[in-house]
Amino acid sequence: MTRKADPPPENYAAVTREVAIIPLAYPKPMAWAFCFGGALVLLALFMLAVGATFRYGIGMWGNDIPVGWGIAISNYIWFLGIGHAGTLISALLLLTGTSRRNALSRFAEAMTLFAVVCAGLYPIIHLGRPWLFYWMAPYPNNMTIWPQFRSPLTWDFFAVLTYLTVSALFWYIGIIPDLASVRDRARKRWQQVFYGLLALGWRGSARHWARWDEAYRLTAVIAVPLVVSVHSEISLLFAAGPMPGWASTVFPPYFVLGAAFSGFAIVSMITVVLRHALGLGDLVTERHLDLLGKLLLATGLMTAYGYWAEVFDTLYGGDRQEVATLHDRMSGQYAFSYWGALITNFVPLQLLWWKRFRVDPRALFLIGLSVAIGMWLERYMLLVTTLYRDYLVSSWGHYHPSLWEWLLFAGMLGVFLAPFLLFVRFLPVISAFEVKTAIFEGKEPRHA
Amino acid sequence: MSIDLDLCIGCNACVIACDAENNVPMVGKELVAAGRAMHWLRVDHYTEGESADPKFSFQPVPCMHCEQAPCEMGCPVNATVHSSDGLNLQVYNRCIGTRTCSAYCPYKVRRFNWFDFTAADPEPIRAMRNPDVTVRQRGVMEKCTYCVQRVREVRIRADLETRDVRDGEVVTACQQACPTKAIVFGNILDPEAEVTRRKASARDYALLEEVNARPRTTYLARIEPAGPTGRGEG
Repeated sequence: MTRKADPPPENYAAVTREVAIIPLAYPKPMAWAFCFGGALVLLALFMLAVGATFRYGIGMWGNDIPVGWGIAISNYIWFLGIGHAGTLISALLLLTGTSRRNALSRFAEAMTLFAVVCAGLYPIIHLGRPWLFYWMAPYPNNMTIWPQFRSPLTWDFFAVLTYLTVSALFWYIGIIPDLASVRDRARKRWQQVFYGLLALGWRGSARHWARWDEAYRLTAVIAVPLVVSVHSEISLLFAAGPMPGWASTVFPPYFVLGAAFSGFAIVSMITVVLRHALGLGDLVTERHLDLLGKLLLATGLMTAYGYWAEVFDTLYGGDRQEVATLHDRMSGQYAFSYWGALITNFVPLQLLWWKRFRVDPRALFLIGLSVAIGMWLERYMLLVTTLYRDYLVSSWGHYHPSLWEWLLFAGMLGVFLAPFLLFVRFLPVISAFEVKTAIFEGKEPRHA
Repeated sequence: MSIDLDLCIGCNACVIACDAENNVPMVGKELVAAGRAMHWLRVDHYTEGESADPKFSFQPVPCMHCEQAPCEMGCPVNATVHSSDGLNLQVYNRCIGTRTCSAYCPYKVRRFNWFDFTAADPEPIRAMRNPDVTVRQRGVMEKCTYCVQRVREVRIRADLETRDVRDGEVVTACQQACPTKAIVFGNILDPEAEVTRRKASARDYALLEEVNARPRTTYLARIEPAGPTGRGEG
């Protein structure tokens, strides 16, 4: 596919040139324009679906009693899960001093940011009266009323907002030195102004670097526990209710691991695509693909343990309703989502035990895609199978997502892709200075 | 509230009375078929035994006004709260429509305004509305209130006459319409009240007691001459 196992470029200037050339003179403008056009079409679908929903009401969707939440909420969890990998991968590897992160971190973080934006939009769109969403925020108001602090949704609101803020900060702080590199190489006036403003007057002095390093590490320290807390909190949306199949203490770790798993899957896919499209084979090496493959396998196995623990808990507890829900999941109307999730999540994954598949971009991409689908099915399964047949037989029902919900899903992919493509086109997708640090450290005897 | 299943004949009069009293929106044939009927009170039907000669049982299910209500815990904006006299209130103008309350409700008695069901009502329908009950807008949750407007009216009258509310003074719409007097509503703190007497009966049970939501509405089990009692759920 791409250049085979190139040695890392020895020359520091070559690295900067390779990274900075992308925003300044994009190598494949036609292909990019084509993709961006597609993303804009999806964005238009988003506007259409949201417009129709806001105009006529949530009745446009397939939601009903008993399944009052639909793919809007399962997609919220899915997108937020995807948004875990970026920050986790870079902050964790930064703090543990692994130099291999550097080529992956930038676009993984960008992916996080845009996935969290998508996730955050879903619960607002799904409200019956979305124009009042800010009532979830604790702000001084003439109704003299606070949000209801026992509700998991209140904490969802805080958790997502905090995570969005910290992810944005972490990403932006990390990109500043590279924005300055691009600014210094820009020839056109608008580019100089654009990157100059974004680079915040970065001159690369030793003092700048010292302060930058401090800020970056501090943000990373804040970000890592957030990764764990956000999805634990989201899982309470299910686990706090008294519903069979939801009320389980397994949920928080199960959700966090599943989130990291789906996130690494999407990072793998994006890595493979960008590496190929932008010819970055010498910066994003086979070692990076290998690392991603290992992370995917590890988090996948942990998620599989979550599945097993859930089944074991249910059978060991022996609660009649819980067992009935488990039965519905495995053999009910929505059994396709249970077995689909199980198969697409864990069967192709086993190939990653072999290095041959971990370093093969095509295999990694396909396994990532399979996991992304599997985790989507899992979120759907967890939500629908609990609600469609709960306690009273008289209230059992069905859930079929309507066309508008699918349009909204397609549109939301546009909300993700459009800013991500703008990022790929106009900002340095690889952390050039960190790659250079890695080269430097590779040459020096290891002591730092 | 206490509902005697031995007296219930499953006639649905309570459902109609509730609709009329509480301005429950009429959604039309298509939406009813789609499962979006708005009834605050439903009569669950259960059949048992051979399909050629089944045994029927009925169970009216309104909001249980749980003491430990999962819906109240789930709502992020305090739109469903407990009143000092034990009602589980739904505050329509505070509701933003997250539908968490319905997801968490083990009895699934909450109904959601999926569309604007009331704005297009013709004038005769508007004229039929109960002026004491809010007409709900699109995107909010609603449910049985134990006819809170009637409870308030009686309490205000009692306050003006500086006395306690008498037993049987508050009559909910479903109770009023019931031809067999299966439904009784009253103050369970009053040891002399009819509802207290009923709840002391050995036949008294709570629906889905195992969920531990401590429902205020309980049932008197049906008496069977011989063999097993009515179906487990009812």
